[in-house]
Amino acid sequence: MDEMRYEAPETLDAAVALLAGADGDARILAGGTDVLVLLHSDMIEPGLLVDIKKIPELTSIAVEAGGFRVGAAVSAMELVEHDAFSKAWPGVIEGVKLIGSIQIMGRATMGGNLCNASPAADSVPALIAAGAIGTIVGPEGRRDVPVEDIATAPGETSLGKGEILVSFLFPPRPPHSGDAYRRFTPRTEMDIAVVGVGISLSLDDGGTCQAARVVLGAVAERALLVEAAAAALIGTPLDEAALERLAAAASAACRPIDDKRGTKEFRIKVAGVLARRAAQDALERARGN
Amino acid sequence: MTITQDDLRFDPDRKLKVVGTTPIKPDGVDKVTGRAKFGADTHLPGMLVGKVLRSPHAHAIIKSIDTSSAAALAGVKAVVTRDDFPELPPGEFRDISSNCMAREKAFYDGHAVAAVAATSERIAKKALKLIEVDYQVLPHVIDVMDAIKPDAPILFEDMVTKGMDPAPDGPTNILQRKEFTMGDVDAGFAEADIIVEREFDTKPMHQGYIEPQACVANFTEDGQTELWCCTQGHFVFRTRLAAVLKMDISRIRVTQSELGGGFGGKTMFYAEPVAILLSRKANRPVKITLTRNEVLRATGPVAGTHSRIKMGMTKDGRFTAAEAELYFQTGPFTGSAFANAPQAMFTRYDLQNIRAVGYEVVSNRPKVNAFRAPCVPQVVFGVEGVIHELARKIGMDPIDLRLKNAATEGYKTIYGATFGPIGYVETLEAAKAHPHYTAPLGPDQGRGIATGFWFNRGGETTASLNITPDGTVTLLLGNPDVAGSRVSICMMAAEELGIPVDKVRPIIGDTSTLGFNRVTAGSRVTFSAGMAIVLSARKAIETLCQRAAMMWDVPEDGVVFEDGHVRPASSNVGDFEPLSIADIAKKATETGGPIAGHAEIVAEGAGPGFGCHIVDVEVDKETGAVKILRYTVVEDAGKAIHPHQVEGQYQGGAVQGIGWALNEEYIYDKDGRMENAGFLDYRIPVASDVPMIDTVIVEVPNPLHPYGLRGVGEVPLVPTMAAIANAIDDAIGIRPRSLPMSPPKVLKLIEEAEMSRDQA
Ligand SMILES: Cc1cc2nc3c(=O)[nH]c(=O)nc-3n(C[C@H](O)[C@H](O)[C@H](O)COP(=O)(O)OP(=O)(O)OC[C@H]3O[C@@H](n4cnc5c(N)ncnc54)[C@H](O)[C@@H]3O)c2cc1C
Repeated sequence: MDEMRYEAPETLDAAVALLAGADGDARILAGGTDVLVLLHSDMIEPGLLVDIKKIPELTSIAVEAGGFRVGAAVSAMELVEHDAFSKAWPGVIEGVKLIGSIQIMGRATMGGNLCNASPAADSVPALIAAGAIGTIVGPEGRRDVPVEDIATAPGETSLGKGEILVSFLFPPRPPHSGDAYRRFTPRTEMDIAVVGVGISLSLDDGGTCQAARVVLGAVAERALLVEAAAAALIGTPLDEAALERLAAAASAACRPIDDKRGTKEFRIKVAGVLARRAAQDALERARGN
Repeated sequence: MTITQDDLRFDPDRKLKVVGTTPIKPDGVDKVTGRAKFGADTHLPGMLVGKVLRSPHAHAIIKSIDTSSAAALAGVKAVVTRDDFPELPPGEFRDISSNCMAREKAFYDGHAVAAVAATSERIAKKALKLIEVDYQVLPHVIDVMDAIKPDAPILFEDMVTKGMDPAPDGPTNILQRKEFTMGDVDAGFAEADIIVEREFDTKPMHQGYIEPQACVANFTEDGQTELWCCTQGHFVFRTRLAAVLKMDISRIRVTQSELGGGFGGKTMFYAEPVAILLSRKANRPVKITLTRNEVLRATGPVAGTHSRIKMGMTKDGRFTAAEAELYFQTGPFTGSAFANAPQAMFTRYDLQNIRAVGYEVVSNRPKVNAFRAPCVPQVVFGVEGVIHELARKIGMDPIDLRLKNAATEGYKTIYGATFGPIGYVETLEAAKAHPHYTAPLGPDQGRGIATGFWFNRGGETTASLNITPDGTVTLLLGNPDVAGSRVSICMMAAEELGIPVDKVRPIIGDTSTLGFNRVTAGSRVTFSAGMAIVLSARKAIETLCQRAAMMWDVPEDGVVFEDGHVRPASSNVGDFEPLSIADIAKKATETGGPIAGHAEIVAEGAGPGFGCHIVDVEVDKETGAVKILRYTVVEDAGKAIHPHQVEGQYQGGAVQGIGWALNEEYIYDKDGRMENAGFLDYRIPVASDVPMIDTVIVEVPNPLHPYGLRGVGEVPLVPTMAAIANAIDDAIGIRPRSLPMSPPKVLKLIEEAEMSRDQA
């Protein structure tokens, strides 16, 4: 029988070499909470699994350039328990905290969540809203890309053969900034987002919105960074009229499908509702710091 | 004088020491330490792995099956198909057999078409891919109302509807019709001032047990079969396996494992006969463990329904008549037990004029199976909705309206029985008095109530009680314990014998150890096995008294049994120290041999059960999401032998009903393939979806049981969906009539109501 090989290299170079040199399907294994499910349901039959959790660069959290560098294979639970990061990016944490359950979060990683490339991935909208940069290493060397350019379609990423997402760089936070993530699921937990909305914004001293990023999950083939929705907020005090425009812009940007998890009509409507609620959450946080 | 079942009457004056307390279950520690053995935990030397190939088509003729390449694969030890199953005449057993392995046609996505046994799971899976099945795909039909349309794809060309005289001509998917009537319905409606008539839909609901079915079969050279499996009724499995495989019943021995949930879904087998045939061919034991995907695609949900329900009432709130037309989707084969519905749906109201007609309809979905009060919650969803509307029309409190129409002792039911003492009124009164019923509600919140009934069941039951040489006691029981029956049965034995409950240890015997037991279902086991064990204990007590009399050399009627001891009946008999069970057991060899009692009965006298649910919901009007804020189950248990076990039943029923009400449904693609065959998308509730379910145990004893119990397994599910729908109406002014009341559907109802308000 064709057997599956498992490797757990301790350096990035070794991991890249293994992946680049593999013939047939080689898979990166981070927490495995997607990979193992796919394996067990016979959806994938890789010849090689490369576990990246033994590589220090992928599993550390550090302060860098006034912001944070978070390894792509840091477990969700470790990130949640990182006080300084949680304080700076409560919206990102809201997304990360929704990944499965406590048990799942003990294994799952943000890198896996992004590279699994599900349009419904819960940590991704807030990650994109945060303006995080992904650092990728491969046979050709190192490159930095905005996180919104990594997942391209369900199950597909812009990573080339042998490339590994190593870490995320979160920019420093100006004062009066806040972020938030809201998702809709029929159940309270252990469910896949029908719609998710991540918003990050900054206010000036007078409370007017200076900068905003609005990201919708589960309403298109990948998470959508919606400029029109951000524009509805920028320059406003996030009053009722602005929120109304935000909701309309969010709904208008949706291009969902009907599937077992929700109808088009429902997703479009709820995207607007959640955008408004997430903006209110982010606003409250921005005012508080 | 021999004691019989008729001597086991309820004694209200009896002082109880054990019954009504909450000892640790005899199976409890093994379950929390992980030592308990479930279906997949049997391992035999040389055991092979069995895997089943399933139809990817909802409806297809199987033209041919070529297994030659699979059989040739190294490591494959046996392959079976329909050709390995004995031919059977049309009827129940042919249906069962055809559901376990498709014959001429595959009738649903997931229907078994072949199976292999191999030395590893990997090889078995690879072998399945090598089996070539030539299908001729046919048009399919999923929904019950689509299946009865004139142009619907027909599953069985030769089907003739049973129960219709004359049977309608031409092809049909209506398998059978059953009608129940009492009184004069037309006259009843003529008397009514108010009539409400509505239509309702419910979806098939999977039982949602956490443990997937698993079995190990071992067919031996001399034609014996040993089978280990998780089942709600190993004796019933044995009988049906013998029929399906054409074997003597005595040559099959079925051993049941602990059960990781059943709820009716494990009253029927699926892969078991396949494993036996594989084992016979391979000459080795074979284990088959279903995956969750297989469980959802191929094992029974309970029927989905469409119903039309009509009720009439006078303006002062007396029900005058009720009528129902009910359609049940059964999958390709009968099995819905739909006749429960017309008999139970209105039963709890003092109605004299009822007509209820049910139709069982085939379609291309898995064959349905039992689920707590099979087919009753689905139609009570409608009945209690109509009553909710009637109460609103006359501005009467919904509990008061039900009290006004409550059936009481002496009411003659539509199924012919006359109620003895029942607790419906007491249940309603307890609900009304509960603080939940009058607690304040916030904005977008609403409260609903609904009530339900179940017959409760008895039936064939056997048990054996043995007194060991040190006076402790072992029990041999014949019913798988699905929900805490063992501890309650031990408690009744301990109460009878006057010993602590931890001196009583039970096992559930395999099918060769006891006489036939009916399946664990219908809320029958604690009731029936309780009777059997009380009878066994009293027989053992009779023997204990004889032995003590012998030891003292006094006449048998000179001794009495009290508090676990035999004593002289009076001082005239003599001055003897009381003898404990242990004292007598120690001398058993000298006084005539081991001491035991056993019983083989058809338990009769099950007492009907009634429940009332109160639920508060909050509706998010922008998303349609319904949150369950508070839930109280009030139900008559007759007598709670072990109150925690009873509460567990109440809570579990409500939680399953919450899932059925809000989110659970089968999603099919256009080709009739199930799209959500996993717990990620088949959304049973998770813990955080439900509040702590409050319970009130009402106790109106059943006079025909020695401890007064009724049975509590079914009723707790019955009113749930209705209660939640009624609460939604209270919150937003719209009473949903279709399940599940999922966010998109509720949001749509809200939008439609807004639109019609705007137009008005
Ligand atoms: C029960 C359960 C519940 C879940 N609930 C949720 C939920 O609510 N919300 C949600 O968003 N998700 C949920 N998930 C999905 C899953 O847990 C997340 O997507 C998780 O973040 C994946 O991370 P991982 O480390 O386990 O990824 P893995 O399974 O290890 O990998 C996922 C994919 O990403 C690739 N990959 C991983 N790391 C890298 C890297 N550094 N560079 C390049 N490619 C990489 C892998 O090759 C694979 O294709 C759930 C899963 C389960 C089993």
